[in-house]
Parts: sequence; C-alpha cells; structure tokens
Amino acid sequence: MVRGLGRAGIAAIHHTGRGGMFLASLVGGMGMMVRRPRLLVQQIHAVGVMTLPIILVAGLFVGMMLGLQGFNTLVGFGAESSLGLAVGLFLTRELGPVLTALLFAGRAGSALTAEIGLMRATQQLDAMEMMAVDPLPRVVVPRFLAGVIVMPLLAALFSVVGLFGGYLVGAVLLGVDGGTFWSSMHEGVDVVHDVLAGVFKSFVFGFVVTWVAVFEGYSATPTTDGVSRATTRAVVTGSLAVLGLDYVLTAIMFSEV
Amino acid sequence: MTLQAKETLVGVFILAGLAALVWLTLFVGNWAAITGGAGYRVTAKFENIGGLTVKSPVTLAGVTIGRVSSIASDREDYSAIVTLSIDQDYNNLPVDSTAAILTAGLLGAQYIGVVPGAEIDYLKEGDSIDITQSALVLEQLIGELLFSRAGAQ
Repeated sequence: MVRGLGRAGIAAIHHTGRGGMFLASLVGGMGMMVRRPRLLVQQIHAVGVMTLPIILVAGLFVGMMLGLQGFNTLVGFGAESSLGLAVGLFLTRELGPVLTALLFAGRAGSALTAEIGLMRATQQLDAMEMMAVDPLPRVVVPRFLAGVIVMPLLAALFSVVGLFGGYLVGAVLLGVDGGTFWSSMHEGVDVVHDVLAGVFKSFVFGFVVTWVAVFEGYSATPTTDGVSRATTRAVVTGSLAVLGLDYVLTAIMFSEV
Repeated sequence: MTLQAKETLVGVFILAGLAALVWLTLFVGNWAAITGGAGYRVTAKFENIGGLTVKSPVTLAGVTIGRVSSIASDREDYSAIVTLSIDQDYNNLPVDSTAAILTAGLLGAQYIGVVPGAEIDYLKEGDSIDITQSALVLEQLIGELLFSRAGAQ
C-alpha cells in the first residue's frame, strides 16, 4: 500500500512536470500566431463566442441572486443603501472571475480537452507529424492563446451583466433608490484593488484552466476511455486549481487593504 | 457558418468585452479617486480623527470638493496630521477656513466639513488649516454624560 502511494505520488509529480514542459513548448510555439492570425480568430470564436450565452445568463442570475440576498441581509441593518456597493464588490472581486472560470472550465475547457484528445485518439496529430507539420503550434497554441485572451473579457461581461441583474432586483423590484445603488458602488469600488485585481485574477484563471485543458487533451491516452477520463480530469483539476488559486491570490492582493 | 461571419462575431465579442472592462474601470470603479485629479493639498491637525480614513470625502456646504489623501501622526504633539487633496475647481477657500470632522448620520462614515473663513487670501498647495474641530467619539460623550450626572447628584 505504501508503495502504491509512493507510485501515485511520483506519477502525479511526473504529470505536473510534463505539464510545465508542455507549457514551455507552448510559449515557444507562439511566434506562429503572428503569421497565422486566422487560426486564433477561429479559436476565439469556438472558445469565447460560444461560451458567451452561458456566461451572460449565469451572470444575470447571479447578479439577481446577489441583489435579493444582499437586500434581505442589509435591510436588517437598515443599510440597504449599500446594496450597490455589496453587489459591485462581490462581482468585481470574486464572483465575476471565479464563476466565469468555473463555467469556462465546464463549457470550453472540457470541449478543448475532448477535441484535442480525440485528435490524438483518431491519430490526426500523428498524421500531422507525418506531414512534417508540428501539431503543437498548429493545433494547441491557438486554443491556449484564445482561452487566455477570452477569459478576462468573459469575466468583465459577467460582472457587467451581474451588476444589471442586481440593479434590476434591488432597484426596480425591491425599491432601493437607483441613484444610491450606482453612487454607493461608485464611491466604494476601487479601480486598482477591486476592478483591476479582478481582471488580473480572471487572467490567471484563464491561463490555468486552458493550460490544464489543452495539456490533458494532448497527453490523453489515445482510447475512448482515455479521452473521457482526460476530459473529467481537465474539468476537475481546472476547477480545483481556480478555487485554490483564488484563495491564494485574494490573500496576496487584498491583505494590505 | 462562414469564416467571415465568425470573424465578425469575434470582433463584436472582443469589442463588447473591452467595453465591459472600460465601463467597469471608469464607471463602477472610482477612477478620479486614484488619479486624484488636478488638485492641491493642504494639511490640518486634529486632536482626534475618530474613524476618518484615507479617501474619506472633504465637503464644503455638503458638496464633495476633495478627499483625504493621507493621515499621519505628529511626533511632537501627538496630534493627527490629515492631508486633504482638494480639487483645483475649489481654489477659492480663504486661509482662515476651518475644518471639522463630522459624521454622516448617527453612526455613519466620517468626513471632513470645511467652513469658509473671511480672509482675502486663498489656501494654496502646502498650506495648513489652523482652526479644526476633532471628531466626536461616542464613548467619550457617554462618559462625560455619566460623569456630569454623577456630579450633579
């Protein structure tokens, strides 16, 4: 049993190390993107535009939920005028980046892993190598870059839609003054510590989630079972990494405030 | 879907995302509070600043004219030195203006209220406001009230 544990540990570390080297070769292949911007545009469409509807709908509902919960909690202290501030801080600091990253891992990350994994299983990647086309810059790099570019944009859209959802419930339905809603947000939300910190978070999350997704796909065992396991692992690892990193980043960035 | 349609959608998506980012930084976040705007700084000494914090508003007749840019403690007389950053638009405050630390509502956030004086010269960068009124600390008020009642009996 002890040996099994050791073997699992070594395998995990081995896997992580290969992920790191994979990342290094991804960065090396990025020069290709300058010459073939079309590939990137295609992937931004697949990864970003196709994820947009779920992000917008989720953002709206999360914002409405925040408006309702925030109102019910704050009204107990007679502080419902701070609703806008509460919704704004929640969305820009935490929920925008984190929930977008989780949805992104589920919607786009899994698709990336399955796509690349199936290319591996159906030997398309091998065929490309046979034709002396390196599959890394041709297949993986555009997907990876698209994920990194798209994540902050998706998170920003999530926050904006969420703010309107909160406004809808708080100001239109529950009767908090609309001007107070926006002005308390305007007064209390800081550009560097809240908005830009959130953007930075979503950038890191996008990086990690896409990296995990393309790596799991690329290194999947080339069988039906292997691809399905790689997809599951991509979503689970990506989501856990997002939540763990969120705590670490929050502790680093918001500690001095 | 044709490649052109995809490219258009991607363009729209990226523009919308960037617009959302800009909106978040400019409107939701308070950009002016960071850059500080074009303002001038004056200092004021208080015996007790209560719950005043950096970025608390500075008001004149209820209108926000600036913000607290820093708070420090004086090594010599143990008072608090508050630096106020006031918008350039309001550069006509007389040098004998007074500053008081007030509270929004009974238990609300604290801010500085400036009451203009009558001198002809105006406050400028680096000047100090000499006449100040410290924050009212609720515990001290209650303490004084209890003492005065005990003394009367």
